[in-house]
Amino acid sequence: MNKQEYELVVVGGGPAGLAAAQEAYDQGVRDILILERDFELGGILQQCIHNGFGLHYFGEELTGPEYAQQFMENVRERGVDIKLDTMVLEVTPEKDVYAINSDDGMLYIDAEAVILAMGCRERTREAIDIPGTRPAGVYSAGTAQRYVNMEQWIPGEKVVILGSGDIGLIMARRMHLEGAEVEAVLEIMPFSGGLVRNIVQCLDDFDIPLRMQQTVTEIHGKDRLEAVTVAEVDENMQPIPGTEYKIECDTLLLSVGLIPENELSKDAGVKMHDVTGGPIVNEGRETNIEGIFACGNVLHVHDLVDWVTEESLVAGKTAANYLQGGIDKREQEIEVNPGENVGYIVPQKITNDVEDRKLVDLYMRCKKPMEHVTINLYSGDKKLLDKNERRVEPGEMITFPVPEQMISDDMDSLKVDIVKEGE
Amino acid sequence: MKDKTDILIIGGGVTGCFAARELSRYDLDITLVEKEPSLCTGTTKANTALIHAGFNADPDKLKGRLNMRGNQLYHERIQHELDVPIEWLGALVVAKEEEKLPKLEELLEKGQENGVPDLEIVKGDDIYDLEPHLADDAIAALHAPTAGIVNPFELTVALANNAAMNGADVYLEAGVEDIEDKGETKLVKTAKGDIEADIVINAAGLYADKIANMVGIDKFEITPRRGEYYLYDKQADIDVQTTVFPVPTKITKGIVVTPTDEGNVLIGPNAEVIESVENKSTTREGLDEVLNGAQKTIPELSKRNVIREFAGLRPAITETGDFLIEASDEVPGFINVAGIQSPGLASAPAIAEKVVGIVEEEIGGLKEDPDFDPNYEGPPKFRHMSHEEQAKLVEEDENYGQIICRCESVTKGEILEAIREPVGARTVNDIKRRVRPGSGRCQGGFCEPKVVNILSEELGIPENEVVLESEESKLLRERTKEPLLNEEEVSDNE
Repeated sequence: MNKQEYELVVVGGGPAGLAAAQEAYDQGVRDILILERDFELGGILQQCIHNGFGLHYFGEELTGPEYAQQFMENVRERGVDIKLDTMVLEVTPEKDVYAINSDDGMLYIDAEAVILAMGCRERTREAIDIPGTRPAGVYSAGTAQRYVNMEQWIPGEKVVILGSGDIGLIMARRMHLEGAEVEAVLEIMPFSGGLVRNIVQCLDDFDIPLRMQQTVTEIHGKDRLEAVTVAEVDENMQPIPGTEYKIECDTLLLSVGLIPENELSKDAGVKMHDVTGGPIVNEGRETNIEGIFACGNVLHVHDLVDWVTEESLVAGKTAANYLQGGIDKREQEIEVNPGENVGYIVPQKITNDVEDRKLVDLYMRCKKPMEHVTINLYSGDKKLLDKNERRVEPGEMITFPVPEQMISDDMDSLKVDIVKEGE
Repeated sequence: MKDKTDILIIGGGVTGCFAARELSRYDLDITLVEKEPSLCTGTTKANTALIHAGFNADPDKLKGRLNMRGNQLYHERIQHELDVPIEWLGALVVAKEEEKLPKLEELLEKGQENGVPDLEIVKGDDIYDLEPHLADDAIAALHAPTAGIVNPFELTVALANNAAMNGADVYLEAGVEDIEDKGETKLVKTAKGDIEADIVINAAGLYADKIANMVGIDKFEITPRRGEYYLYDKQADIDVQTTVFPVPTKITKGIVVTPTDEGNVLIGPNAEVIESVENKSTTREGLDEVLNGAQKTIPELSKRNVIREFAGLRPAITETGDFLIEASDEVPGFINVAGIQSPGLASAPAIAEKVVGIVEEEIGGLKEDPDFDPNYEGPPKFRHMSHEEQAKLVEEDENYGQIICRCESVTKGEILEAIREPVGARTVNDIKRRVRPGSGRCQGGFCEPKVVNILSEELGIPENEVVLESEESKLLRERTKEPLLNEEEVSDNE
């Protein structure tokens, strides 16, 4: 077995891993290895050939590959070690990393710190339990995107898309532009899980119908998909008998949610959060295992890559601090709890005592859409801070920066709620 | 396709492949034809994957005798000869009400009459020692330690390959269109050409009655009985140690909860008589029935962590409720092996043994082939190896350093082996059944495009000719629009 030693191993060379590695380097860590399973760096951005990336971070609109390119060049310039086509098989709680590729064979890497940045995977037909036959022609939207944008094959001609998450919306436009007929985008909720701008630019601009509170209840076709049965749903998302209708199609794309991919994390003993599906972390994105950090979609599913970058810079910086002599801990850990209409907040706790820090960013998602809201931050019963938003949507992440000076030594918990303005 | 053979077997399920393999022990020319592009696409593809102990079937039925004998053969021979996952987890039939106890006693007696060893009725804490997460109101259970689980896909593929290694010919996409009875021989017309056979073995499963009809036999009819299933993620953290049955009713064995050889949990099947032998559709009602039934024995089950739902069809002969394994009186040289419903998988080695006996009688003696090799080794299983073993494997062949399926840790090397075996894989689902890419929690979301690439390269066909399962199940349509400039022109312009 090929044994190596590194100060920092980054698992995953997508936007999260790249930004984390870059920042760790800039903070003075020189001995860094990125392990990437694909044949190139960049992760899922490489198949996201549409634009709309980077508005927050770069102040300009880039395509996915362009956004990735910036960070790929940055890590290469810095001389960070990179292994492509390399699959990590195991990360132990002692931070031993086992990985394999065709050139090196089995790699056994003794790391001092590990950043987990494996991203997420798509929920499947089974996760939403659609009965029927099992023909060819049922794809997750991301798989279809890979076929079209990377492999240059069109998977079908007459398409129904279930789920109005961003990938579903993007793929509706993509399939339309490739000459397929997109019959409809169906959404089980009364609101879309995607960005508003994607609904406008991907559906409205091409007259593709978005049908709310409808879902696929049966899949038909022996060899290749022939049709789907669609039904309206009630407020509990249960199909309403009598509302069923059939749409003939040869392709069903599923955009029904993403799941952080944490099999490696769990094996390493990292504790998971029920709602995010990712590790429980402190504000430095450190997990319960000292020296193991997580950032990007492996931690929680982001809407914009810009936030992935911001978060990964934090993880990279904390990992560097950890390697350079450790992190001072606060006397009192502060739990960060979601209140009314807040689905989750990352980080789940604030534990570090960092001298030069000005802000601690809280990332959160609301549970349901609301207009004209106030987002309140409490410590116990005491309100510390609020801000008003015109509209919040579950599809759009809310960032809430908390000034360091507001975080006092005697605090043991923070809570955020989202309420109607003036309440 | 060759035009003559001693024995032609119709059907590439476990029954047909077992018969092919057992007959390849003898100095005979064996041919197997399968209508689909892959083995194992009918009843063998979707069932509970159990080697029943043999206490359920009536001793006066063929099923009862062959189940017990089949189980014995798996223990004594098959598990040692073929590189196929078989585990002897044992089975429990769980009674929760006093009035079910006589039925449990009845099963015990029936099992003893069938010759099933080591059966016992356990009570109280002893039940929970065997199955800790069983519903807390169990009062007694029949324990059958000789019951087991098997991977039916790997078994069938191993049998076909072992038969092929020993000289049998296997033709895929060779559906039988007609059979002409020429007295001494039968002329079998297939999609791949005509072949003349001395003996025809009809192991066509759901289509066995149609095949029999081709030579004028109409004494039995196959009624498809559909069963639906849920399969759980390996990481689902559901603790099931044995194969758990409720006490059977007159109509059904009830919903089973069982581990699979790969450490998933499988629940099902319900039983529904349906009209079409093509209808493998799952239904809302059926799946709900399966989950509700399973929760009665293992209450912690829910829809959480389900990674697959599927339906299978059992080819039942309703009139007798039994297997039909016999040389036809009306058409000499035509052997029916039909109605192989549950416990067909458990009985398969014994069915093959019986078929060999019938062939021997028909021909008047069999001569053993001295070169017969009963051993078969499948592709290595990277996922089950230690890191040291994995390191060694990739040193020998770099294709084992390329992980194609991240959920199941399946390497390119294993996929290439599956394609390059004597009876090689040709479809995405066949590769999945043999070496598991796409069997995990992402269900092929990441690896399917890669498997399509490998198949296209290995078979020398464009990607849009690669199929999921049947000939018509192509995954891709056409190329995307051409870029206005190709890469060279772009660099010229720069």
